[in-house]
Amino acid sequence: MRKLLLESLLQLPLTERAPAPEAKDLADLARNLGTAARRRLGRSLAIREVDAGSCNACELEIHALNNAYYDVERFGLRFVASPRHADVLLVTGPVSKNMREALERTYAATPDPKWVVAAGDCAAGCGLFVGSYACVGAVASVIPVDLTIPGCPPAPLALLKGLIALLDAKRATPAS
Amino acid sequence: MGWLQQALAQGRQAGGARGQPRAVVDAAAWLQAGAHLAAGNGTLLSLWGEAQAAHLCILADADIGILTLACPAARLPSIGSLHPPALRLERAMRDLHGLEAEAAADTRPWLDHGRWGLHHPLGPKRAATPGAETKPYGFYGAEGPPMHQIPVGPVHAGIIEPGHFRFTANGETIVRLEQRLGYVHKGIDHLLTGATLEDGAKLVGRVSGDSTVAYALAFAHAVEAALELDAPPRAVCLRALMAELERIANHLGDIGAICNDASFSLLHTHCGILREQVLRAAERAFGHRLMMDRIVPGGVTAELGRDGHAAITALLATIRRHFPALIELYDSTASLQNRTVSTGILRPELAMQYGAGGYIGRASARAFDARKLPGYAPYPDLTFEVPVRQAGDVDARVWVRIEEVQQSLSLIEQILQGDRAGALRSNTQARVAQPQHEGLALVEGFRGDILAWVSLAPDGRLARCHVRDPSWLQWPLLEAAIEGNIVADFPLCNKSFNCSYSGHDL
Repeated sequence: MRKLLLESLLQLPLTERAPAPEAKDLADLARNLGTAARRRLGRSLAIREVDAGSCNACELEIHALNNAYYDVERFGLRFVASPRHADVLLVTGPVSKNMREALERTYAATPDPKWVVAAGDCAAGCGLFVGSYACVGAVASVIPVDLTIPGCPPAPLALLKGLIALLDAKRATPAS
Repeated sequence: MGWLQQALAQGRQAGGARGQPRAVVDAAAWLQAGAHLAAGNGTLLSLWGEAQAAHLCILADADIGILTLACPAARLPSIGSLHPPALRLERAMRDLHGLEAEAAADTRPWLDHGRWGLHHPLGPKRAATPGAETKPYGFYGAEGPPMHQIPVGPVHAGIIEPGHFRFTANGETIVRLEQRLGYVHKGIDHLLTGATLEDGAKLVGRVSGDSTVAYALAFAHAVEAALELDAPPRAVCLRALMAELERIANHLGDIGAICNDASFSLLHTHCGILREQVLRAAERAFGHRLMMDRIVPGGVTAELGRDGHAAITALLATIRRHFPALIELYDSTASLQNRTVSTGILRPELAMQYGAGGYIGRASARAFDARKLPGYAPYPDLTFEVPVRQAGDVDARVWVRIEEVQQSLSLIEQILQGDRAGALRSNTQARVAQPQHEGLALVEGFRGDILAWVSLAPDGRLARCHVRDPSWLQWPLLEAAIEGNIVADFPLCNKSFNCSYSGHDL
């Protein structure tokens, strides 16, 4: 184990430079957050991931955010185990009817101010599951959504750009 | 002649153009098959419904066959009451098609949580009973003064799929675990009915995102069997390449995540780095990190360029350089071994009874691998071993994964060596205007054998498509393996099984 640790210490970091958020995302967010965010939460966001019917592909890529290449924690973005600790709900899936209530209750359990990010094509617009008796549809049809990150699944870099945009927009919002 | 061959010969022949035969049988033969399964004379591969008919797919000796029972009155004798692995499949069939298994040992709803607004969406639709969504689910109890229940989910603490676990514990010791699944049911069977082959391939590729390659491959094989069509040799080769990359990526992720659940994050980090490199190589080679929508009926849609070839060759070298040190670390860290060895033991008899596939079965002495039996191209031409362990604990499931990564590295090397330029896709269009055809396929995903059965309508669309995730036959075994373990070891055991929620809930 010491050898492995020593090697890691001596080699250059694998972590890559932060991507710049898309200008469009920033503009959308600044508008959404202008009214929603009344105070700063500091330089960090606690994220609670909710799978509301995903095929698990989005979860795999969200997991990848924690690996050494993307190292999401360096931006102050942290995944937490409970909605009660969260500022952001990161929701995936075409909201299955069997998960609708769980999603609503998770949202209700998240303290204000809070933001919702719909990640993936299913969460953004029901994806391939349009017309199913078992799906409600886009996350926005169940709870208010502040940012959507498209992709099937969105690559970690796309997720990172979206989340950094959220962080930047939140910082730009004046404190009350 | 084995009993399955006999049963198939005595029934009325149906479908099954290529290979796997199907026969329509009477209720007596249906029950007889159930008795054979219960006696251990065969393995249940799947059980599924259709409008007014039920199908039972069985592996006996080296034969695979489908028995069909007509159910005009929407009732059928229960296989699950004789052979428990069929129980959840029967409950799902009742929820979706309204086919009632008579005298079933468990009549509780399974996928239907009373929230769809209707019952039996694929059968005689019926408006939902008012208040069905608030009706409590009858969990099995465990009685006695020191017992307490711990409800977990559907929203879990980690970044994982939703499902509910109900633990009954005596102090720290788990006395009973009961799962309640179905939360991510998306109505895929319904969406597949009447879909074009193109849409069908996309949907099946999203049954379980971690196995998108294996699912797309199973679907393509089933459609090709129905159309009596072969993918070109180049496509067969690229398909296997993608399938082995997917297996390596998932196993690396799992090995790291299991160690992380034993609070050993160093291995998680290093396995995460290797996994990321597999996904990046996949993107360079095939244009998508998870290789979604790259396998379609008739062939593949992505070409492996020179750049892709180089990316995968470099990946093999990287994994071979770094992986041995990680294996050594896993093997020599006493605190980690203390958590994984003798934890969550699955008895070989149970693995055999349920026909558990993948690392779960192979860690408990069941040496089944769909790449060997029934086997499919190009694997008969490649050299590889199927690692098997006897202990059935978390440690054995880790070791099977480790050894499978090594086998897959060798397979990829062999595939790249044999890679020759050639056509990527056969034409499926020319074949579709034929009378109704059907096909069955069994493909080895990283988690185990995935079954796909398609029946094509004369217009070339899907009349019915059934896909069975390996998790259907693995989830119930987690309930057995966890008994007598402490609550704190559940995440470790659960991760070592890594069953699919979405693949199961469909």
